[in-house]
Amino acid sequence: MTETATTAPGARRLEREAAKRRRARRNAGIAAASSVIVIGGLAALILTSPGWPTVRETFFSWSEFRNAFPEVLNGFWLDIKVFMVVEAAVLVIALVIAMIRVNRSPGLFPVRLLSTVWVDVFRGVPTVLLVYLVGFGVPALELEGLPTDPVVLGGIALTLSYSGYVSEVYRAGINSVHRGQTDAALSVGLTQTQAMRHVVLPQAIRRVAPPLLNDFVALQKDVALISIIGPQEAFRVAQIYQGENFNYTPIIAAAMLYLVITIPLARIVDRMGGAGGVR
Amino acid sequence: MARGGPPVIEVRGVTKAFGEREVLHGVDFDVAEHEAVALIGASGSGKSTLLRCIDLLEEIDDGDIFLDGEVITDPSVPPVAVRRKLGVVFQAYNLFPHMSVLQNVVLGQMRAQKVGRREAEEEGRALLARFGLAGREDDRPEELSGGQQQRVAIARAFAGKPRALLLDEVTSALDPELVGEVLEAVRDLKAAGMTMVIATHEMAFAREVADEVAFLHQGRIVESGPPRQVLEEPHAEETRRFLARLLEAGRA
Repeated sequence: MTETATTAPGARRLEREAAKRRRARRNAGIAAASSVIVIGGLAALILTSPGWPTVRETFFSWSEFRNAFPEVLNGFWLDIKVFMVVEAAVLVIALVIAMIRVNRSPGLFPVRLLSTVWVDVFRGVPTVLLVYLVGFGVPALELEGLPTDPVVLGGIALTLSYSGYVSEVYRAGINSVHRGQTDAALSVGLTQTQAMRHVVLPQAIRRVAPPLLNDFVALQKDVALISIIGPQEAFRVAQIYQGENFNYTPIIAAAMLYLVITIPLARIVDRMGGAGGVR
Repeated sequence: MARGGPPVIEVRGVTKAFGEREVLHGVDFDVAEHEAVALIGASGSGKSTLLRCIDLLEEIDDGDIFLDGEVITDPSVPPVAVRRKLGVVFQAYNLFPHMSVLQNVVLGQMRAQKVGRREAEEEGRALLARFGLAGREDDRPEELSGGQQQRVAIARAFAGKPRALLLDEVTSALDPELVGEVLEAVRDLKAAGMTMVIATHEMAFAREVADEVAFLHQGRIVESGPPRQVLEEPHAEETRRFLARLLEAGRA
């Protein structure tokens, strides 16, 4: 009796496992076949296109790549530096704006109004226009003490634009923390400021870490926009090279450098969205 | 038990409305030192609002509330100083999920009462042990059962050595088998002489632990007195109807 009770489900189990294996094999087969068809088809379409020989020569020339790469890499280093400084500034300024916007105290009304205008304006204007306006407008004022270096001006424009976006991300995070958390913090005797600092903000920032990282990735790419006011960053260097040699390969080199940074960042965002989202 | 001693909490003619909806219409009651008052009444009768008003988490519209004879609802009184003298336990625990159990208990001590870390943690550990949570200090709240979380919340509220504790339906969010351990913690506080206002649906518990029961109906205290009298020989028609409904639902 006990023997049949243990062997009978065992047999069913083996059957099910065999079926599962068959299904897995079939799925893998279908995935492989469809990949070959889709990717192969796309490759065939491009490679047999009438312009392909020219495209290969002007976009994917190995010798041009080797010649241009050191300079493009050098330009990309400037992108990285600008990105890091702007990102740090954005994280701080955006947090300050978000805190001002969620604060209810009447004394802060003018500052609150200003922050709302800041977010509306700088988030509402295309980043490329901001770079252009700050890059050419600020030096035109001819005021003592204002920066004239296009790298700094470009960085300022990016900071204005991205602090608008990021402050809204923070604000969404702060508003997503349940009212009961503030109540509990106040009930143990904390001030409003302490409740924000020790209870609300830590939870809010944890929650918005994935969207924040997402904005990092976007900013990292948008640093290339400062090229329109002159700095010799990767895209600008590649463009100059292209203008001189009538070859677009350096632009591909710049694109690849961006991918080297943005793909790992994107994977980090994915991982945080999956595992960190629960916390 | 003779109702003696100076009142710790006095509520006088308190009204509170949220927009058009008036929740409290002139509530009066006292809580004497070492006394536990059970607030009973249907959902929406204003029990939670009343407790929130006492802790100044809501601003009252009219009337006054006194703590140790001093008015606390005057706009000139800083609410933070008042809240440091009171402890609140919420229905949904409201523990801080990003902090360990021990950090939850000591946060107010360290940041509000400016107690040193070592002293606060020592007291915190002792409190957690007292409520049966020794060994759970470093866990996150989410790793605990509802009953354990609520006991952490009780320890947190008690850590500030409050003049009075306000308990808001502390067992309502719990699975039935976890209610007992939380009520045990409240009994312990009562035995230690803690002054308490207990909003509750647990009539048997109110009868056992409260010195006085106040029945809140449509924002007014319709009837109050010793538990035996209010729960067994209520004078008011509304109280009778409320208790009858509870009996039908098997809650009393």
